[in-house]
Amino acid sequence: MRAFTYERASSPAQAAEKAARTPGARFIAGGTNLLDLMKLEIETPTHLIDVNGLDLDRIEDVDDGGLRIGALVRNTDLAAHPRVRRDYAVLVRALLSGASGQLRNRATTAGNLLQRTRCPYFYDTAQPCNKRLPGSGCAALQGVSRQHAVIGVGDACIATHPSDMAVAMRLLDATVETVRPDGTTRRIAIADLHRLPGDRPQVETVLAPGELVTAVVLPAPLGGRHVYRKVRDRASYAFALVSVAAVVQRDGSGRVALGGIAPKPWRVAAADAELPRGAGAVSERLLAGARPTAHNAFKLTLVERTLGAVLAEAGAQA
Amino acid sequence: MKFDTPATTNPIDRLTIVGKPTDRIDGPLKTTGRAPYAYERHDVAPDAVYGYVVGATIAKGRIRAIDTHAARAAPGVLAVVTADNAGRLGKGKHNTARLLGGPQIEHYHQAIALVVAETFEQARAAAALVRVDYERAHGRYDLARGRDAAVEPKSDPDTGAGDFDAAYAAAAVRLDATYTTPDQSHAMMEPHASIAAWNGDRLTLWTSNQMIHWSKRDMAMTLGIAEDKVRLDSPYIGGGFGGKLFLRADALLAALGARAVRRPVKVALQRPLIFNNTTHRPATIQRLRIGCRQDGTIEAIAHESWSGDLPGGSPEVATQQSRWLYAGAHRKAALRLATLDLPEGNAMRAPGEAPGMLALEVAMDEMAEKLGIDPVQFRVLNDTQVDPEQPERPFSQRRLVECLRTGAERFGWQRRAARPAQVREGRWWIGLGMAAAYRNNLVMTSGARVRLDRRGIVTVETDMTDIGTGSYTIIAQTAAEMMGVPLDRVVVRLGDSNFPVSAGSGGQWGANSATAGVYAACTKLREAVARRLDLDPTAATFEDGIVRAGDRRIALTEAAQDAELAAEDHIEFGDLAERYRQATFGAHFVEVGVDAWTAEIRVRRMLAVCAAGRILNPKSARSQVIGAMTMGVGAALMEELAIDRRLGFFVNHDLAGYEVPVHADIPHQEVVFLDETDPISSPMKAKGVGELGICGVGAALANAIHNAVGVRVRDYPITLDKLIAQMPRIGK
Repeated sequence: MRAFTYERASSPAQAAEKAARTPGARFIAGGTNLLDLMKLEIETPTHLIDVNGLDLDRIEDVDDGGLRIGALVRNTDLAAHPRVRRDYAVLVRALLSGASGQLRNRATTAGNLLQRTRCPYFYDTAQPCNKRLPGSGCAALQGVSRQHAVIGVGDACIATHPSDMAVAMRLLDATVETVRPDGTTRRIAIADLHRLPGDRPQVETVLAPGELVTAVVLPAPLGGRHVYRKVRDRASYAFALVSVAAVVQRDGSGRVALGGIAPKPWRVAAADAELPRGAGAVSERLLAGARPTAHNAFKLTLVERTLGAVLAEAGAQA
Repeated sequence: MKFDTPATTNPIDRLTIVGKPTDRIDGPLKTTGRAPYAYERHDVAPDAVYGYVVGATIAKGRIRAIDTHAARAAPGVLAVVTADNAGRLGKGKHNTARLLGGPQIEHYHQAIALVVAETFEQARAAAALVRVDYERAHGRYDLARGRDAAVEPKSDPDTGAGDFDAAYAAAAVRLDATYTTPDQSHAMMEPHASIAAWNGDRLTLWTSNQMIHWSKRDMAMTLGIAEDKVRLDSPYIGGGFGGKLFLRADALLAALGARAVRRPVKVALQRPLIFNNTTHRPATIQRLRIGCRQDGTIEAIAHESWSGDLPGGSPEVATQQSRWLYAGAHRKAALRLATLDLPEGNAMRAPGEAPGMLALEVAMDEMAEKLGIDPVQFRVLNDTQVDPEQPERPFSQRRLVECLRTGAERFGWQRRAARPAQVREGRWWIGLGMAAAYRNNLVMTSGARVRLDRRGIVTVETDMTDIGTGSYTIIAQTAAEMMGVPLDRVVVRLGDSNFPVSAGSGGQWGANSATAGVYAACTKLREAVARRLDLDPTAATFEDGIVRAGDRRIALTEAAQDAELAAEDHIEFGDLAERYRQATFGAHFVEVGVDAWTAEIRVRRMLAVCAAGRILNPKSARSQVIGAMTMGVGAALMEELAIDRRLGFFVNHDLAGYEVPVHADIPHQEVVFLDETDPISSPMKAKGVGELGICGVGAALANAIHNAVGVRVRDYPITLDKLIAQMPRIGK
């Protein structure tokens, strides 16, 4: 870990302003990902701006029937919130399938969205990784890639986005609220928050330097049956090989999103329309253009079969 | 004490303390955080400074140049130790690669430098400033590609009996199947950790090590100093599983660092380094051929296994159990060793049998299926009471058949559908599987010193280790039983090389051998007590704090009123191990569910029935067996060091990437011990049990998966991607 300076932010705008004008600054909230990465010198911030004291830890109703979740709301608290449990069960299930109780107690809503990949080559600083060291190459492409992404990938990077929560947020069409260094705020559809790697895998979101996430807003509840199915080699405390988030209505319409297979939570609007036709048709739309490796081609079959399981479960609930 | 004739009745047979389920005497220290583990020995070296290990980032080649200027100039840094300035170093008997590499690099993450600084954070930050210029060399990282060039190891020549080839060719029913097992890591909770301090030319090492004497000797050999200048102390060990049998880089580098800075230095191997820096269980390719008569009698059985290691390394003896587990007049076993440039292979819990049973016991299941015979019955049919390679040599005890039958009965085996993919509960396909369990019983010379003080406290000292197994407790039980005192009058001190040399913890020989050593020392102490009390040593009995001979009864404490009494002895095993084959036996039964859609595999029930001689402490023995069963679930379903075959290293080198079972993976586990004593094994009439539990359990799981969905995976671990293309129709 490199030496760094540290301050507590006094307001979101101050934090954003300070971050933008301090080279090498990073925000820290739960620290469940950043601190690990700093110890390994994968992240080497020179200045940490601690946002934990900011007034961003509330969950409140918004006028259209939706819910605003403060950026600092801990995953545990979000999963336990009565309205989230009642109206956004898919989010609760996604949250509780991630990490461990201890980590969820610390991990925040914004931090979860912005967590970095778990690609083992990203984690080994001796190995090439375009995400960690732009231009150094991608060791995973021809290496061990069973866990890696099968779609949305490029020659520069095949890493996945590891979050479960983000998959549910994407399914629900959440909106991310931010404050920019000049004090203005903006709203970003979650679909637009994460970038595909292209030839710049080190740039993972559309956030500008210094821009701070302040809240995530969920639209009005969708009703329907909520399912989150995470498939993994062990029963707990593992990242998804494939995950499926779905909300299915009584008439068989609905929406689906995938985790574990792409550099961002994966949703294809055209796939939702195929839901009444079953898992095969949905999966075909979701995975059109997939580029798996020899190690992870099984994920294509697994997506279809997991979708089948989810639709069967949603149907059984209906 | 020489043990060369079968044990007769002795004081242990009273079983007033030995054989009773007993809580760990060290339990309160551990649960309250007061058991001092190596890295936390703040009391012994309050002024210790911190070392951080730099590992090589190529798998094979040499260091052209290593630049430590920036690291040495970094805040707090006291020294940077490399091969250039460490002085001349030898190599321990149990090390294959050098513990401090350079200029030659033998494997990925081989230690090449230790940065010593005032704080851990300073050492870690400075370690990142060490710049190394490497010259990469071509390496061999693929066992399958090295298979044809593999050679018969001198240490383990081919064995057999009869004429396998002819008998196999003539057999009515034949199976020829090949299985692979991956490299695995011990993944113990406590990392390898040491604090070293020099006092003149004497080195003290507070460390975490299973085999105190081996490592003391190897430290002396490596440093080129006399063995008596080295002291090791390792009273508490946070898991080892074979990963801490040997002197490793943490210990050597702490010693070198301490010599360089003239202060105590503490070093823990950082977790991401452990997987490539230390030893691991080597991958195998195993070919099984079994030829049977139509009635299920095995006529011919051959087991061949290929594994790899660094030059000078050793094979994984995966064929071991196949020499002795089943009858068959015509047989052979052969190991082949390939040269690989991956990190060094060595023992991990039940080396040999753990991977070997994963192959043999699936082959037996496949053969039973071909024959149309129940898998339990097929094994019963082929039981043997003598060593099949040397029929004149009987087993000392062998109750495999009773284990199989007891297990089948208790598990409800008769409910198993013989045809696969028949049983469905909701989303789950349900399968039952079983396998025999087999692990050799090894005995090792083991010493102890026992003292009796005037308060009647019995203190046992031996360099035996407790790696979480319960050694403290069974040693206390042994001494209490022998001296006729309650458990709370016994103090046990372990893991110090100043104490008599013991068997140490490995190969499941520790419990039986070390307690037998304590038995020997207590026998001597009893004689000393009797003499002091003027009682006939051959007639004296020790019970409830009273020594009795004829009509005389004297309090034990009387014997030590004037001066403490002490006795030291060791148990030495004669040729009983040659005259009899000694092994432990068992049967594993597993019920598994396989998700009809995703092919996720989840264990539902497990049962192990064990015949392992006298069970000294049923509570800690059960704990050993369920732990081993859990490790077997890992081996069957998830554990694999994933090799990058271009770059030559284990890629998933942390506990996020190397998955071991978590609580949610482990369902109800039941363990049954047959009531057994083995007087040929030792005066304790006990055997090892710590490894038996892992031997066969993974195969039982593999067989259960086959029973559930009809897919036979011969390539471990059995992950859902290997099933998914062949799953039965989802249906329902």
